[in-house]
Amino acid sequence: MQGILQRWGAVGIGVLVRLLARLVTAARPVWQGIEPLPKQRIYYANHASHGDFVLIWMTLPPRLRAQTRPVAGADYWQTSAIRRFLIQDVFHAVLIDRRPEQRQDDPLEQMGKVLEDGDSLILFPEGTRNTGDTPLLPFKSGLYHLAKAYPQVELIPVWIDNLNRVLPKGEIVPVPLLCTVTYGAPLALEAGEDKAVFLARAERALLALSNSSDPSAREWTQ
Amino acid sequence: MMGNVMVPAGLVTLLGVIVGILVLASVTGYVLQRRFSPQGDNEVIENLNQRIHSWWIMAILMGVALLGGRTGVVLLFAFASFSALREFISLIPARRADHWTLALAFFVVLPVQYVFIWQQYYGMYSIFIPVYAFLLLPVISTLRGDSHGYLERVSEVQWALMICVFCVSHVPALLSLDIPGYEGRNVLLIAFLIVVVQLSDVLQYVWGKLLGRRKIAPNLSPSKTLEGFAGGVLSATLVGAVLAWMTPFSVLQAAVLALMIALLGFFGGLVMSAIKRDRGIKDWGHLIEGHGGFIDRLDSVVFSAPIFFHVVRYFWSAS
Repeated sequence: MQGILQRWGAVGIGVLVRLLARLVTAARPVWQGIEPLPKQRIYYANHASHGDFVLIWMTLPPRLRAQTRPVAGADYWQTSAIRRFLIQDVFHAVLIDRRPEQRQDDPLEQMGKVLEDGDSLILFPEGTRNTGDTPLLPFKSGLYHLAKAYPQVELIPVWIDNLNRVLPKGEIVPVPLLCTVTYGAPLALEAGEDKAVFLARAERALLALSNSSDPSAREWTQ
Repeated sequence: MMGNVMVPAGLVTLLGVIVGILVLASVTGYVLQRRFSPQGDNEVIENLNQRIHSWWIMAILMGVALLGGRTGVVLLFAFASFSALREFISLIPARRADHWTLALAFFVVLPVQYVFIWQQYYGMYSIFIPVYAFLLLPVISTLRGDSHGYLERVSEVQWALMICVFCVSHVPALLSLDIPGYEGRNVLLIAFLIVVVQLSDVLQYVWGKLLGRRKIAPNLSPSKTLEGFAGGVLSATLVGAVLAWMTPFSVLQAAVLALMIALLGFFGGLVMSAIKRDRGIKDWGHLIEGHGGFIDRLDSVVFSAPIFFHVVRYFWSAS
């Protein structure tokens, strides 16, 4: 009984989160490099706010959404029962421990298992929220290792625009502003490509999407 | 008293005519599509059908709101203001220091303005944004000590509020006018304004597509032509005269007011186009299929509503 309650509760909360996010951001997907087709993919995006994965999650069509799991930091989401319910039951996230010295599970193995089950991933290769002046923080190497181990999975750069203005770091009240989520063309690891070269190329592919969207957003500075 | 909302004579007739026009438009759109764009490859016809589809939704929402009386109309326009403000604020280069100013604009100024409108409190809704918001919001913006681009930032927030909240709220404000012999029928003044201004837009588009040759403002709005402007404004004036039966105006007065509304609507579209050009965008948003954003649909209403309100108030209102 409690299991059913929790499941339907999670579905209800999911609908509520999408409605709220729609009211605040009216987020719109721009399918620039791909079509929203049921292919296995790793969506990698810029990370400026805790709500980033919600925007990707809500702009995917329902069928794709059900098979796409965000990767989130356990240290943030495990700290309270509400956060745990949201991240596990509502968003079906893969929780990884970002502290190498303390963790028991290897994040790459956890993400690999999801891909082997046939699901897609939402990944933030910057590793943490970017609150500085640079558009992107240097990428962590996980994206490279996944690209190498799972060459059949498409890597899709996704630029989330304007969400950093909706709720800047340290603010409590969100300001409703239009956001766009731009999906770029797939990227693949080339034969013999070096880790640093590949990561730099992945960063450029993501940044290139930021220039194509709303020009006014770039005037925003901290 | 909630149970017996009075539906004024004329509103049902008008809504019936609008449904008739939309049915005709839908049939025309369907025939055009079958003949000229069976594969969906003619952009003009596809866009036309998207527009007609959105017109249905807007007409139904508007009809429900008008039948619902004051509360329905106030809620509908409060929502339109919210959506328009969201589009406008998304375009201005506000900085982090403005975060509280923007939050107040959305969550205090907008609701309070519409509460005054709902209360029909003329003394407050006509000065709240031009006086109180105008003076107090810049104070909030100084609190974080950031003076970079300060004048632009505060002016643009005030502009956003004037256009998207103050002006738009003058449509439901028409309900508070006290016109002798016209009691309980004010909702038809809203219908008159909306029908004239929107038909003027549609007719300018139609005349422009049929006869448009000479561009009237190529740098601001490349699709506007002299022929479209003249044909649209004149036919809208005629529509206004025909609608005189549902207003407190004579046929001549209705025609003059309709001419004024159509002209203001045209220039409203031009002003909002200039802002779009400046910011390098084509549409304000994407939420109304085929039309763009809320401001794309409201720009002509924004400019005509407050002036129509004050002209009617000056010449016809008892209070």
